[in-house]
Amino acid sequence: MSRKKLSRRQFVAATALTSAALISAPFVRSARAAGTLTMGFWDHWVPGANKASTDLVNEWAAKEKVEVSIDYITSQGNKNLVTIAAESAAKSGHDIMAMPTWWSHAQSDLLEPVNDIMEPIIKQNGEVNGTVQYLGQLDGKWLGVPACVGSQIKGPCSRIDLMKKYANIDVQEMYPAGAPPKADNWTTDTFLKAAEACQKGGVPFGIGLGESSDNVDSAGAFFLSFGAQLVNAKGDLTVKTDEVRQALEFYKKLIPFLPPDVAAWDDASNNKWLIAGKGALIMNPPSAWAVAKRDAPQIAEQLWTHGFPAGPKGRFAPFLPYFWNIWNFSKNKEAAKSLLVHLSKPDSIERLVVASGGYDLPAYSKLTTLKVWEEQGPPKGTLFHYPNPYNHQTLSIAASPAPPKIAQQIYTQALQTKMCLKYSQGEKMEDVLAWAEGECEGYMRS
Amino acid sequence: MVDVAFQPNSVAPARSTRKRASLRVALKRKSTAAFLMTLPLILLVGILVVYPAFYSLHLATLNKSMQRFVGFGNFEFLFKRETFWMVVKQSCIFALSAVFFKALIGFVVAHLVHNVPAKGQRKWRGMLLVPWVIPPAMSTLAWLWLFDPSYSAFNYTLSFFGIGPISWLGEPNWARFSVILVNVWFGAPFFMIMYLASLKSVPEQLYEAAAIDGANWWQRIWYVTLPMMRNIIAITTLFSLIVTFANFDITRILTAGGPLDHTHIFATWAFRVGIEGSDLPLGASVSLFMVPILAIAAVFILRDINKRGNEA
Repeated sequence: MSRKKLSRRQFVAATALTSAALISAPFVRSARAAGTLTMGFWDHWVPGANKASTDLVNEWAAKEKVEVSIDYITSQGNKNLVTIAAESAAKSGHDIMAMPTWWSHAQSDLLEPVNDIMEPIIKQNGEVNGTVQYLGQLDGKWLGVPACVGSQIKGPCSRIDLMKKYANIDVQEMYPAGAPPKADNWTTDTFLKAAEACQKGGVPFGIGLGESSDNVDSAGAFFLSFGAQLVNAKGDLTVKTDEVRQALEFYKKLIPFLPPDVAAWDDASNNKWLIAGKGALIMNPPSAWAVAKRDAPQIAEQLWTHGFPAGPKGRFAPFLPYFWNIWNFSKNKEAAKSLLVHLSKPDSIERLVVASGGYDLPAYSKLTTLKVWEEQGPPKGTLFHYPNPYNHQTLSIAASPAPPKIAQQIYTQALQTKMCLKYSQGEKMEDVLAWAEGECEGYMRS
Repeated sequence: MVDVAFQPNSVAPARSTRKRASLRVALKRKSTAAFLMTLPLILLVGILVVYPAFYSLHLATLNKSMQRFVGFGNFEFLFKRETFWMVVKQSCIFALSAVFFKALIGFVVAHLVHNVPAKGQRKWRGMLLVPWVIPPAMSTLAWLWLFDPSYSAFNYTLSFFGIGPISWLGEPNWARFSVILVNVWFGAPFFMIMYLASLKSVPEQLYEAAAIDGANWWQRIWYVTLPMMRNIIAITTLFSLIVTFANFDITRILTAGGPLDHTHIFATWAFRVGIEGSDLPLGASVSLFMVPILAIAAVFILRDINKRGNEA
């Protein structure tokens, strides 16, 4: 075996070359991060929920040896929307940005496609619901990863005692904890009768008709349950249809049974209405129940979250997902993707859901039966049907299935609640439809 | 001058000395010092006002996805929208009525305070300024609770007299009344303090002369006070008109433009369309629409002030 001797010259040259290579090479850490990975997450209103996100991110950062920085951005006063708009205009900002509902489509030109990570995530966690696909995909391209943080269903939250007393409806029997719903009779007709009975009993349903999200979401689900679309999936105007007329007729019958000031309701009004013990039903995620548990426990123990009433065209419930999106101007795309895969692991999702007290909803089919929803109470099982565990209702969003950029305008301008108000206040049906058609035409500008 | 004769390149140093001297003189000039001292502010205004203004002009000429130049296309689109003209009408109603009542109340209260003996006047001035010094977002939240659709303190009080309940924010006309009322409440102290300062500068001799001529209370106001306050009235009106036209927080917090868009004004509508609706160019166009209106108002008011200044 011959041994090759290293000459002094060769040693000096090799050392110089290695040093030069080390100095000139970019500082690459694990997970292919270039500098600090920054993220703008939605600031959760459940105390302690942000900490679960922080812990998960830090665990990943420690494992991958990546520096991270998290900003929790509130949706109060639409601060998150303003931040998204600013970062989009400046083409600079966080690497990952949590965007609600329509914003992935609104910013689609500036988002990094995440198909490469979505495929394995879906394989692991199960299929996503139709609304997540509608809001998160464009021409087969995933614009973001569905975030469970902030995602919610705004179904009915009823008072067990008042519904029994005035409407003769046992909501616990209809939606039993731990068992499939027995809600075949829970239809829009039954809903109208119950609304009338509760109004006569002095505890009207608290369904707003203002211009904020809660109001629009309820109207959107009812419209869909009548098959009413203002613009169809192809982008054609479908305002002047019998389905839309039926939906307006339904609301015209419903509005007299609601509190007289619903036109001015915002997203806090229905919560206050329920927690103050003034109404028998609202449409909301379990935040109203969670606040009642703290501030009015005697009310909280009478609350039951359940499914929407079915209309002639099916049973639809509003689902509002958040997405974690990566800007295409981010310098840390690979690290960002690695983090999002970590946050989308079943264990991570469960930790996030538990930290939110069951408020946050995963979009994946295998993750709608976590223990947390079974255990929450009082009353025990109050949230069992919140994540739609039996796919009993179609999860939807108001203004769908219109192309998302048009639907966003319909939603933001609260066109459906305005139509309901106009018609109920005495405007002629055809005038309301003509007005709405004109508005929709305006939303179609590109 | 002897040493100069020995220097071969005497011209250049002389020039630089002159330059240094002129720089020193320039720096010593009051106007230069003033300019340098205001330079940070000028830069701030440039960055925070001028640049965004030009950027919004640029935005207003782009299509919805901000990729194509459309010239006045956004304005053409807006002019065909029924809701836009409703917003224009409402903005005018909101700004003109709010400024009128702010000026009227400010004028009356300024007179009342002016007539309070000097000893207690400071206390009154301080108390009356409170609405103006509280950040409007905070005070409007308090008003929101007073008007709250379901738990209105006003309705509770009115119920003792068998009146109501009034849907303060749910019925279009009441909602308009409510946002104007809060704006007047917030802005009237500004008028009051400006008018009070102006009242204090009216020479007492003029009133004495008017009294000798037998002028009554109304004639003293009409022929002495008002002419002496004209410039202040014009400037405060212009200033308030601009601020009120551009108001956002009060309407946004109280009604967010509802019900049925009946309280939207330019700023809230621009926010709805631009930020919430992801259509920044259209939002920019909505907010820019008020520029010519305010510019015309400013030209007329300032021209009037100039004319009076020259007469004086």
